[in-house]
Amino acid sequence: MKKQILDLRVLSNSRLNHNHNLLELGCADPLPAMVPGQFAEVLVEGSVSTYLRRPFSIHRYDKAANTMHLLIKSVGEGTKKIASLKPGSTLNLMLPLGNGFTITNNQEVLLVGGGCGIAPLYFLAEQLFRKGNRVSLLIGGRSAVDIMLASEYRRLGNVYITTEDGTMGEKGMVTQHPVINQADFPFSMVYCCGPDGMMKAVAHLAEGKKVDCEVSLENTMACGIGACLCCVVETHQGNQCVCTEGPVFNSKKLKGWTREIETACSLDN
Amino acid sequence: MAKLEVNLHKLKLSNPVLTASGTFGYGEEFDDFIDVNSLGGIIVKATTSRHREGNPYPRMAETPMGMLNAVGLQNKGVDYFVEHIYPKLLKYNNCVIANVSDSTVEGYVEVAEKLNSLEHISAIELNISCPNVKEGGMAFGTSCPSATAVTRAVREVYDKTLIVKLSPNVTSIAEIALAVEAAGADAVSLINTLLGMAIDAERRKPVLSTITGGLSGPAIKPVALRMVWQVAKAVKIPVIGIGGISSAADAIEFMLAGASAIQVGTANFVDPAVTVKIIAGIKDYMQRHKIDDVNDLIGGLVL
Ligand SMILES: Cc1cc2nc3c(=O)[nH]c(=O)nc-3n(C[C@H](O)[C@H](O)[C@H](O)COP(=O)(O)OP(=O)(O)OC[C@H]3O[C@@H](n4cnc5c(N)ncnc54)[C@H](O)[C@@H]3O)c2cc1C
Ligand SMILES: Cc1cc2nc3c(=O)[nH]c(=O)nc-3n(C[C@H](O)[C@H](O)[C@H](O)COP(=O)(O)O)c2cc1C
Ligand code: FES
Repeated sequence: MKKQILDLRVLSNSRLNHNHNLLELGCADPLPAMVPGQFAEVLVEGSVSTYLRRPFSIHRYDKAANTMHLLIKSVGEGTKKIASLKPGSTLNLMLPLGNGFTITNNQEVLLVGGGCGIAPLYFLAEQLFRKGNRVSLLIGGRSAVDIMLASEYRRLGNVYITTEDGTMGEKGMVTQHPVINQADFPFSMVYCCGPDGMMKAVAHLAEGKKVDCEVSLENTMACGIGACLCCVVETHQGNQCVCTEGPVFNSKKLKGWTREIETACSLDN
Repeated sequence: MAKLEVNLHKLKLSNPVLTASGTFGYGEEFDDFIDVNSLGGIIVKATTSRHREGNPYPRMAETPMGMLNAVGLQNKGVDYFVEHIYPKLLKYNNCVIANVSDSTVEGYVEVAEKLNSLEHISAIELNISCPNVKEGGMAFGTSCPSATAVTRAVREVYDKTLIVKLSPNVTSIAEIALAVEAAGADAVSLINTLLGMAIDAERRKPVLSTITGGLSGPAIKPVALRMVWQVAKAVKIPVIGIGGISSAADAIEFMLAGASAIQVGTANFVDPAVTVKIIAGIKDYMQRHKIDDVNDLIGGLVL
């Protein structure tokens, strides 16, 4: 897939809650083909503190409509600027970058997203659904306001919710939800995106169930194309770039993410 | 037709635009965006005598109009370079330059010796200015005796064009430039990154795993320009200008200050096609100013 730099038009910008926006982008020329898990590097113009591009997961890609969506959580100067774009303005993107999730066929799969970590999971759920998988999605947040797009996800599978304060769904963390703690674990694959601590906990649970877990990492990046070596994560094969070898990794590849391999490695030494 | 060719010692470049080591991978990362052969040349990322894992993450902190990096020379070592990376560089028919780093004089010599026999590597750039490794690196480039020692030792084993890359983290960069010129350097390139630091006040912690790192990008351009001007006045060998270059205007400023060629670094991250835009912009400038030969710009500052 050839990487491109494109000026896209903002078709719509909807506010989902106090700090999340959903941007719909389009283009006169055909968008490049994209797969779930890939990301784009977005240019934020007109600010000295946002010289480098910002990476965002492809939230949705609709080939027929030639549109794509980004889900933006406002955390700093760059994301606030992007979140305030009006329809009709343009946004410069470099895409598609990185590698996607493994798309299984006709399986029972679990997707786990924490907060803004649901960003890459919509596109993923859609593709998995198309390939005949039975999709379950577990979304976690601090409070009811943090749970976004649940009704959209319901069209693609079963949705389970946890909030830390119990204002929606089960009270607690995603790892405490019954669906991920079933003795008779029905899922053959777990996909996860969210804060590192949450992803590690989910990866450990999946490992306990002897099921593969793919996680999507959000290391800070400078180039997004494997040129600077700033975004590395420690794997059992040494440091690897999240932007080109990931951002999706099987948790078993990552150093410090599994119990089993850690012990196997220490025996080797 | 504007003449864009420039000479760096024995090297003939089709135009003065090169890429800075560590910011352009091995070239192939940019094949989707530009015709890499249209550049004057590429300087690939640092090669050391042994495999290096580099520094732990986080290795990057964005700062106003620039960034700090602490990559720490991650690479698979010179033997891997010769066997696996060099063959992939053969598709580039412009000037391919290797960047050589290490922590001991013997290490630099070993790498230079092994690269000397590679026909398609037309020059090496000796990186005696990396601020991101504990021993060696910048330490060589911040005193005249050590800069002389490593340059002289490499000169003895390397026959082709030897460029020495200077550190800005010194009191007088012209003195170091004169020392490496006397020790046999064919050209100097400057500047490498400026030692800097970033702190996350919310967490009361340094942003980089190494606490300090190297500052690059437009933020360092005025410092780099001043140093290029000082060095170009002092030495007779060609000077290659580096530091925050992101437009044709920036490139021309460095040439007016005395640079025979320039390198584009951090700007490649923001726009992977920036180098070809710079070449087009230089042509444009020459047309507007009725300059036929780009060499007329070198040191052309009117005082
Ligand atoms: C592959 C990838 C996919 C991503 N997908 C999305 C997405 O779909 N939606 C989304 O909203 N965000 C996503 N992010 C995170 C997003 O890139 C950052 O939040 C953004 O770059 C911050 O820019 P800023 O200018 O607003 O913040 P800055 O002003 O640069 O920083 C503000 C604060 O945010 C923190 N921060 C900066 N960069 C990151 C980062 N990469 N990860 C975590 N914290 C960071 C800083 O430490 C600082 O405290 C993704 C990151 C990666 C690497
Ligand atoms: C991520 C990164 C990695 C770098 N790695 C190297 C390196 O391996 N060898 C070297 O000589 N310089 C290295 N540099 C320094 C650049 O080549 C250049 O001298 C510096 O960034 C200043 O130019 P700029 O402002 O255009 O980026 C690196 C710079 C960056 C940002
Ligand atoms: S962000 Fe530059 S190598 Fe990954």
